[in-house]
Amino acid sequence: MNPKKSIVEKTFQGVFFVCGVLSIALVAGIAIYLIVSGIPAIAEVGPARFLLGQTWNAGKGEFGILPFILTSILGTLGALALGIPLGVFAAVYLSKFAGKRLARVIRSAVELLAGIPSVVYGLVGMIVLVPAVQRAFSLSSGATLLTASIVLSVMILPYIINVTSTALDAVPKEYEEGSLALGATETETYFRVSLHAARSGVAVAIIQGVGRALGEAMAIIMVSGNVANMPHPLGSVRFLTTAIVSEMSYAPYGSLHRNALFSIGLVLFVFIVLVNVVLSLVVRPKEA
Amino acid sequence: MNSFDVDILNLWYGDNHVLHDVSLGIPARRVTALIGPSGCGKSTFLKSLNRMLDLVEGVRIEGSVLFDGQDIYAPGVDVTTLRKNVGMVFQKANAFPMSIYDNIAYGPRIHGVRKRGELDELVERSLRDAALWDEVKDRLTKSALGLSGGQQQRLCIARALAVGPQVLLLDESTSALDPISTEKIEELVSRLKRDYTVVMVTHNMQQALRVSDYAAFFLLGDLVEFAPTERLFNSPGDRRTADYVSGRFG
Ligand SMILES: Nc1ncnc2c1ncn2[C@@H]1O[C@H](COP(=O)(O)OP(=O)(O)OP(=O)(O)O)[C@@H](O)[C@H]1O
Ligand SMILES: [Mg+2]
Repeated sequence: MNPKKSIVEKTFQGVFFVCGVLSIALVAGIAIYLIVSGIPAIAEVGPARFLLGQTWNAGKGEFGILPFILTSILGTLGALALGIPLGVFAAVYLSKFAGKRLARVIRSAVELLAGIPSVVYGLVGMIVLVPAVQRAFSLSSGATLLTASIVLSVMILPYIINVTSTALDAVPKEYEEGSLALGATETETYFRVSLHAARSGVAVAIIQGVGRALGEAMAIIMVSGNVANMPHPLGSVRFLTTAIVSEMSYAPYGSLHRNALFSIGLVLFVFIVLVNVVLSLVVRPKEA
Repeated sequence: MNSFDVDILNLWYGDNHVLHDVSLGIPARRVTALIGPSGCGKSTFLKSLNRMLDLVEGVRIEGSVLFDGQDIYAPGVDVTTLRKNVGMVFQKANAFPMSIYDNIAYGPRIHGVRKRGELDELVERSLRDAALWDEVKDRLTKSALGLSGGQQQRLCIARALAVGPQVLLLDESTSALDPISTEKIEELVSRLKRDYTVVMVTHNMQQALRVSDYAAFFLLGDLVEFAPTERLFNSPGDRRTADYVSGRFG
């Protein structure tokens, strides 16, 4: 073996190793920091009262985050309910029906959609959607959970379309031919065979969408009213993310209030970890 | 009585003229073998019989293909009904990534069979017809992709039978199989002709002799000769057929 080459090899292997360790260390560091700074408030308030308490009122020393948890969950579910059908249908159209040129145009549009800063989604939502929801349901304010779900659904759409259509493109043509040869129509074939064959891709798309929706703050703070109510589709609400964002700037250092915001961060982190665990379970190749 | 009557069929892929004035009648409830060297247009001809070529861009077809007396290329023909009646099994097994049961039940479900009992019965009968039932009856809910190549090929045949076709088109269905699986499929084909018209592409002359009643020899897009298999092999009417079946070229 060439000794010079083996030195280069070794050096690079070392570099790769350090980079690998560094990325793990960063994640571990963040996790540890969140746990250390998140535990005190939970301990002081009591885990049950913190997680299941229905009122958040920092002035009165009430730190129940159930409204935020439920809002985040419901808002995400709402976004999925709108975003999955829309995204999956769009992906089927894109991969299977659209002509080459049109598909290219749609793909760039979708990429653009993914690249738009979330504050812009918030702005458009505020100007267009909030008044529309207000009028549609004759509310005093159109900044609601529903509005936030709609904005979130648009934001996760590019992920769902991209990942799903990539998965659909990878479905072997033989499957589709087999289905058509049995007398299935194209639509039946794409929905019952192609999507089925691409289902783990679709699942990945959905879970990534969940991750994105759970973690979003900027866009939804502008369209959800940001009031710490128990969630109602047509009421103003506050999410886990927006709860942190909206009070961090004035919570005094070392106060229970500030620590409680860190605890919310920890709860959010646990949610995201759960989502990723589910993701890795889905992605793990499984055979028969 | 013919299942298909093909009249002066010409076919082009773009500018490539791959079938020239092909005319023949494919008898019902018989096995017809299509033989000929690679690239002569056997698969293309086969796919023209259930309009699978509709999926290929740039195909042009002239002439007529009658199935049970109906022109299948006439405007307004329902392609899904045609394909339900004219089943096809591909050269490469293409079991869907689903359970064995769902693979077989796929076609019937598409065509409106919903009742569990009816589906169960269809699945069992199709798998029995394809000589696969005994090997898979205890693992119907397992993925079809866990089956061996020969089993998957028979699964594809069962899947095609489950929609109740009148014709079965087999494109080199045994070319990738071991002798035992091949024998099973040949037995199957011999049994199937009681109820079905079978058209099979094969490169295996022995196989054509063993299982087919009629044989069509294609060469470079021409149908050189079409005759009862016995005659085509033993006293071919064309020099080129004689050369091919005796293995002098191909
Ligand atoms: N989708 C296609 N597009 C363009 N040309 C094609 C296509 N399919 C087949 N051809 C051409 O048509 C001719 C006939 O092909 P076909 O597949 O029917 O031959 P075959 O007799 O089945 O050959 P083999 O025994 O190798 O399967 C070949 O020259 C082939 O290159
Ligand atoms: Mg072929």
